[in-house]
Amino acid sequence: MKLSNKSKVLEQEEMTFAERIYLPAIVGGMATTLKHFFSKKVTIRYPEQKRYLGPVFRGHHILKRDEEGAERCTACGLCAVACPAEAISMVAEERKKGEENLYREEKYASVYEINMLRCIFCGLCEEACPKQAIYLQHDKMVPVFEDRSEVIFGKDKLVEKMDNRYLREGWK
Amino acid sequence: MEITSTLFTAKAIYVGIIFAITLGVAAYSTYFERIIAAFMQDRVGPDRAGPFGILQPLADAVKMFMKEDFIPANSNKWLFIAGPCLSMLTALMTSAVVPFGDQLDLGDGIILDLQGIDVNIGILWVFGIVSLGVYGVLIGGWASNNKYSLIGAIRAASQNISYELAMGLSIIAILMLSGSLSTKSIVETQQNGHWNILYQPLGFVIFLVCAFAECNRTPFDLPECETELIGGYHTEYSSMKLGFYLFSEYINMFISGAVMATLYFGGYDYLFNDYVAQISWLGEYAYNVSALLGLVVLIVKALIFVFIFMWVRWTLPRFRYDQLMGLGWTGLIPLAMFNVVLTGASMLFTVNDGGSNWMTVGASWAGVIIMLVVTFAYSEMKYKKKKLATA
Repeated sequence: MKLSNKSKVLEQEEMTFAERIYLPAIVGGMATTLKHFFSKKVTIRYPEQKRYLGPVFRGHHILKRDEEGAERCTACGLCAVACPAEAISMVAEERKKGEENLYREEKYASVYEINMLRCIFCGLCEEACPKQAIYLQHDKMVPVFEDRSEVIFGKDKLVEKMDNRYLREGWK
Repeated sequence: MEITSTLFTAKAIYVGIIFAITLGVAAYSTYFERIIAAFMQDRVGPDRAGPFGILQPLADAVKMFMKEDFIPANSNKWLFIAGPCLSMLTALMTSAVVPFGDQLDLGDGIILDLQGIDVNIGILWVFGIVSLGVYGVLIGGWASNNKYSLIGAIRAASQNISYELAMGLSIIAILMLSGSLSTKSIVETQQNGHWNILYQPLGFVIFLVCAFAECNRTPFDLPECETELIGGYHTEYSSMKLGFYLFSEYINMFISGAVMATLYFGGYDYLFNDYVAQISWLGEYAYNVSALLGLVVLIVKALIFVFIFMWVRWTLPRFRYDQLMGLGWTGLIPLAMFNVVLTGASMLFTVNDGGSNWMTVGASWAGVIIMLVVTFAYSEMKYKKKKLATA
């Protein structure tokens, strides 16, 4: 009794004359390769041509500002807790008088760092954030770094620029 | 005195040009091999070094020279160095007897043959040098003191010896047609479209298969199969010594393409060459222009063969060793013998009855077809019996 009846008994018959002189099969195979020789190539020449990544691609992180340009992050630390790779660290500080246009909440992150060698781009920080402050951009990869000293990205590289706002397709 | 020195200079320049063409073609074969492989696999291949990647051979050469030139501790040092040198030397020597073109009239009655040396045993020279080429592989594999290298070298030697037999037998039919061993006169008998391929369809197929085996190209690349022998005879080689081995393979491809064009495709013969030789506005240069066009035509024919070599490489998998030997000894050698008999029979038409060349052509093709039909019928009979026996 067999476990499944999927197994097939392979019967190897003697090769026919056409098979034994090889040449018909060789010519057939060469026709196939020649067809591919003239077919459209699938290669994307990466640095010059880029593939569309889709609206849910998880790329370079960004710390969002609100409509008035104030940073949304309140340094609650939920993203750091959610992060499975422990890539995020931050230092919280209290907002002083006159800084209302800089920071949206009464507490803000004076230091916010992501270690790009640790980050696995899972997007859990984005899901954990209660203030819609951190996002993984769908259209931008993390810039190339060549030295270990450049690995930790601070607020200067993460906070959204006012002249280059980040908008997702669904938000427009 | 004056004529001799001019001729000597002209010949030296000619040899230098052929050398440069051979090496240049071999260098760019590496590039086109990768491009063709890529195209057949729906990729684009190397395209970074220069426009369309045409500087890739240069980059490869720089890489080869920069690598550590490693000699294994327990190897035979001198033989280890001699191996790739011998391979390269024999690969380059073959082109001496290939007639790359007709004659050039240099004025003052100086006639330059577009051929290195016109020896009357030209085709034997090719065979002799090709068999010497085995020593390059064999010495390299032996000197490496490595069992994989040795197995690769032994495979190369036995494969080349086996296929040289069928190759030589297929040449005999050509020699019967031309009545000479000289490559020059073989080409001259094929002028004006009387290409040997018309008379020798079977002989050409045998020669082509044997050429693949002699060049160690897929499907006969058992001496250097990576999966079984981690590179075969050149396992221990690195740097430019490895480069020499790879380079000599590409030179062999080009030269065997040129030899096949010489033997079966009329050499430097092309349509309208008589017409080109008589164009009035070219005046006295018309004949020289025709000869130089012939040189270009022969190189193009050889390059087409190089393309076929690569096309086959990226289509077929490797033979098993017993299949290789079976094909050579039980397939090609009897076929080549049959071809000799068939050629003799077809030549009787022209010699005895004064029939036209076309009768010879018809007879040789009819012979091949009859042979196929008879073998097919015979194998069908055997095939049915086998099936009945198992059922």
